Amino acid sequence: MSSEPDVEISIRGLTKSFGAQTVLEDITFDVPKGKVTVLLGPSGTGKSVFLKHLVGLLKPDRGEIWIDGKNVPALSERELYQVRRKFGVLFQDGALFGSMNIYDNVAFPLREHTKKRESEIKEIVDEKLTMVGLIGAEKKLPGEISGGMKKRAGLARGLVLDPEIVLFDEPDSGLDPVRTAFLNELIIDLNRQLEATFMVVTHDISTAKRVADYIGMLYRRNLVRFGPAHEMFESDIPVVRQFLAGDTEGPIGMSEEKDQTKPEDQPKSGFGMTAAEVEAMERDAGAPQEEPQRS
Amino acid sequence: MIGGARALVTETGNMFAITLEAFRVMWKPPYPWREFIRQSWFIASVSMFPAMLVSIAFGATIALQVGNVATQLGAESQTGAAMVLAVVREAAPIVAALLIAGAGGSAMCADLGSRKIRDELSAMEVLAVSPIATLVVPRIWAAVFVAMLLDGFVSVAGIAGGYFFNVIVQGGTPGAYLASFSLLAQPADLFVAILKSGIFGLIAAMVAIYFGFYAKGGPKGVGDAVNRAVVVTFMLVFFVNFILTALYFAIVPQKFG
Repeated sequence: MSSEPDVEISIRGLTKSFGAQTVLEDITFDVPKGKVTVLLGPSGTGKSVFLKHLVGLLKPDRGEIWIDGKNVPALSERELYQVRRKFGVLFQDGALFGSMNIYDNVAFPLREHTKKRESEIKEIVDEKLTMVGLIGAEKKLPGEISGGMKKRAGLARGLVLDPEIVLFDEPDSGLDPVRTAFLNELIIDLNRQLEATFMVVTHDISTAKRVADYIGMLYRRNLVRFGPAHEMFESDIPVVRQFLAGDTEGPIGMSEEKDQTKPEDQPKSGFGMTAAEVEAMERDAGAPQEEPQRS
Repeated sequence: MIGGARALVTETGNMFAITLEAFRVMWKPPYPWREFIRQSWFIASVSMFPAMLVSIAFGATIALQVGNVATQLGAESQTGAAMVLAVVREAAPIVAALLIAGAGGSAMCADLGSRKIRDELSAMEVLAVSPIATLVVPRIWAAVFVAMLLDGFVSVAGIAGGYFFNVIVQGGTPGAYLASFSLLAQPADLFVAILKSGIFGLIAAMVAIYFGFYAKGGPKGVGDAVNRAVVVTFMLVFFVNFILTALYFAIVPQKFG
């Protein structure tokens, strides 16, 4: 990292296992303030699990997450709720409340957390809906709109309390390339307008190319590399190179969604491994197990 | 084997953890009145009509059974006493609980389960709104409240069904049927029955909420959760009913006609 930006979130040695299976191991990096950070990785490498740790939905086995001088895993429930107010989260398919229309969904955080009058709420909701291009669809129920619209509505709801940090869980999943491109434009525009810190989790390289200021690459439970986007795209580390080039040749095989049960079989980090080393590692792998993660 | 036992203990623990958490947060304002009323109305509307049909049929069956034996013993006039005892003490709380579980609980579990798999519950937590306080607490209260009301409703419908069969079909005397009500039964029976119904309602809500909250694996997972919730509730209700009945006989002195 050449010029050190301010740090928004500081992650130190984050480790998480589900049963015998280690999903994240010793993840350490700083999320730069006001920038778009993309966490890239093949499917099933614990990217969503990582996001859930940031907002305290999951507790790590080891490690620290520092936001504003507070270590998220160590917070009491009350403090955790305060820290969460800093966050806006876009879940994979929006996670809209099915019983409410778009307007009420977006207004929900305002009604819960502020004492604003309905007229003020309407002003803010209209503003956010305009931002994400959903004005006119307020009265629709989540079941009646497309996946892309759900994501936009979920984003509007996430932005309504003016969060400091916005998390995106696979904003591109289930969208066609054109809608993905539009959503990516939206992410970049919003980042400039709002001056908030954005963190995007995805396996889609075109998204990373479009939106990322910084890229962290997850592979087999480890953070292989973290750095400014352009450096990552020029990287010659086999895993990074293969993944960013979308190549079939390289250490990532079809078995990438499986995982070994014994973490001690592996070096601490994939950083600097040669393709042959990683291949050898995969051959030694024991009985593969399914990731305990939702699809 | 050991894994299974461990899973059982974990599941039971998680179920009680959710309930205890609900009991911890339910005293803090703001109270979710609106959701409580909505849920109560919902549970009542899905369980009232089937409860009535089940209890009328049940009352009629008791009337037929008891009526035959009573006639042979020359004790037709005592049919009412047996009816009240059977319906108020045993049938009403169980019928109320089964319908709360089968109609209300299954819907509750499906609703929470689909919210869970759509990430709505996580979204609420991230929006710093506790799903326990806003969703679980009103559902628990609604289930307890409606189960208690339903108990009274089922008692009336069951006794009315018995009356119809005893008096109209079997030719018993209306006066004897009504007069023998207080022969074996006592007001304590009714209070205990209502208390029991409340406890069964709590069990139904606890189980439905737990399985809904821990649903996973897409729409099929929700279906599985509902299925398990109903089965587990039925088992728990009958077991707890046995314990409560045993306690009742040990604690409350009985009348002997």
